Amino acid sequence: MLLVQQLVNSIMLGSVYVTVAVAFTLTIGILNFLNFTIPTLFMLAGMMGWALSYYGLPFGLSGPMPWPLALAVGVVLAILASLLVERFTFRYLKTRYGDSTEHAIPLVSSLGFLLILENLVRIGYGTEERRFVGPDADLTLNVGGLFIRVPQLISLFVTVLIVIFLTMLIRRTRIGRGLRAIAENPDAANILGVDTKRVVPVVFMLTGLLCGLAGALFAVNYGEVSPLMGEDIGTKAIAGMVIGGLGSIWGAVIGGLIVGVLELMTVHFFGADTVQVVVWGALLLTLIAYPSGLLGHNAIGKGKL
Amino acid sequence: MSGYMSGILAILAINIIFAYGIYLSVATGQLNLGGAGFQAVGAYAAAYLSATYGFPVFLTLLTGLLLSGVFGFAIALPILRTRGVYLVLATFAFAEVIAGALLNSETFGGAMGISVPGYVEWYVPVIIAAFVTLLVFYIMSTRFGLNMRAIHDDEEVSDLMGVPVRKVKVIAFSMGAALAGLSGGLYAHTFTFVEVQGFNAILSIYVLLYVLLGGTQTAWGPLAGATFFTLLPEALRDLLPSTKTFLVSLFGDAENVAPPDESWRFVILGVLTVLMMVFRPEGLITRPMLAHLRLRKPGARAAGGEVLE
Repeated sequence: MLLVQQLVNSIMLGSVYVTVAVAFTLTIGILNFLNFTIPTLFMLAGMMGWALSYYGLPFGLSGPMPWPLALAVGVVLAILASLLVERFTFRYLKTRYGDSTEHAIPLVSSLGFLLILENLVRIGYGTEERRFVGPDADLTLNVGGLFIRVPQLISLFVTVLIVIFLTMLIRRTRIGRGLRAIAENPDAANILGVDTKRVVPVVFMLTGLLCGLAGALFAVNYGEVSPLMGEDIGTKAIAGMVIGGLGSIWGAVIGGLIVGVLELMTVHFFGADTVQVVVWGALLLTLIAYPSGLLGHNAIGKGKL
Repeated sequence: MSGYMSGILAILAINIIFAYGIYLSVATGQLNLGGAGFQAVGAYAAAYLSATYGFPVFLTLLTGLLLSGVFGFAIALPILRTRGVYLVLATFAFAEVIAGALLNSETFGGAMGISVPGYVEWYVPVIIAAFVTLLVFYIMSTRFGLNMRAIHDDEEVSDLMGVPVRKVKVIAFSMGAALAGLSGGLYAHTFTFVEVQGFNAILSIYVLLYVLLGGTQTAWGPLAGATFFTLLPEALRDLLPSTKTFLVSLFGDAENVAPPDESWRFVILGVLTVLMMVFRPEGLITRPMLAHLRLRKPGARAAGGEVLE
């Protein structure tokens, strides 16, 4: 029974990884860009949600906000930050030399943004873990001896909705067709009338939205936020994305769930200390033995942007 | 020489060696985001041999260098088939696995770290750094270095022209890993203590930023990048508080100002990174810039041996 309970918990944990992994895979699949600000956006939504519900706006502009409003503002801030990243990583970047490291430029920029955002949050709110006070009622369902928390169930539901929405957006809409065209060949897409300057920010808005929602749901579910919360989630989401296959949304879903299960099963059988080795070992083995992952395409993430 | 100065010189020397280690792989167009992993291998090899068997410093450094090089070779063979995002992820994963393995191992002290008995003075890393710098400059001037540059600039064309791309990349990556291991060994002996928490993802990010911001086209780049970004935080240590006091004094109340947070230095590094990528993505020091400087000197060879852009 304990094992089944762990399995339920790991699916709930996995759904957080899934949301972040989908954000990663979206930017890699469409723009061939490993966006290192994603964990930071996740952290930003959670930390700002906490800060706004605890302190209110900075400089005493308002009192503490109710927590749903604070989280909503946190998500909006994550989207805005993501658009800011787009401005500086993609908008103005044109290489003058044909170096084979040129695909690294947005990646390096995003590392810069990671340092900036994370340290600004540390300066503002310190490095300690903070308790996020969400809904006060004890919302736990007891289904035949299994304990399921309602906020976790809701967040699982939201995750599934997001993934279905994204798949529809990419397969059925005009914007989605533009995105697929850019993924295949950015220059050709541009020549054939895809307005890259308007379509690329959509990717970043979606990234911000996904990470913001994941961060907000994480804050409600686990009740703790800190400026470091993004690193752990982000690295495990990367592992999930690679296992599922780069650039594939459903691959990220499966990979995120696998990592969630892998993590809690490792904790169950071997203890919490070995989680890092198991998760990253699985990633390294996948990369060496089967680089395209479970559902990935071979061509994505290899060529120049 | 004061302890503060010698400490800075030692860490500067270690950072330069570390940066050259990453540079050798980046100079073939391969981003290595696992620097901390290779440095940890070297540092722990040196620390363990010195603490458990009492090996002399020379031997522990050599072992750390070789062991890290072997790790680099083992990683490079399967992984250098992949490019771009995959390689970044694989090296990143390697560093995480190494850190996780060290953290869980009883032999290597786990989270407690290891005290290292063999202590070296500050001039040892400095001398070795000078030697490594000369070595890398020499490598880049040989035919092998020319191959590396060719692969860096265009891999497909180099392949067509008969450059053994795979071999050059694997050798460069392994040599880089060995240098990173050497820097780790020197770190262990200079600070006489290693703990795995120091070899984290942020360290890998920093050293890659040193190299890329310094410029990957010539061997001057990592030297400039590592020097600049090692000395910048030290310079900011004094400059930031005085700047803050000055800014606050503009609005009156300059008394009882709390000293600025250490994190500001990383914010500045981040801002510099973003600005560099916008305005000068090829790095601080480039081949045309060096050629330009050289032309101004009397007696310089304008054409001939030097290949310009």
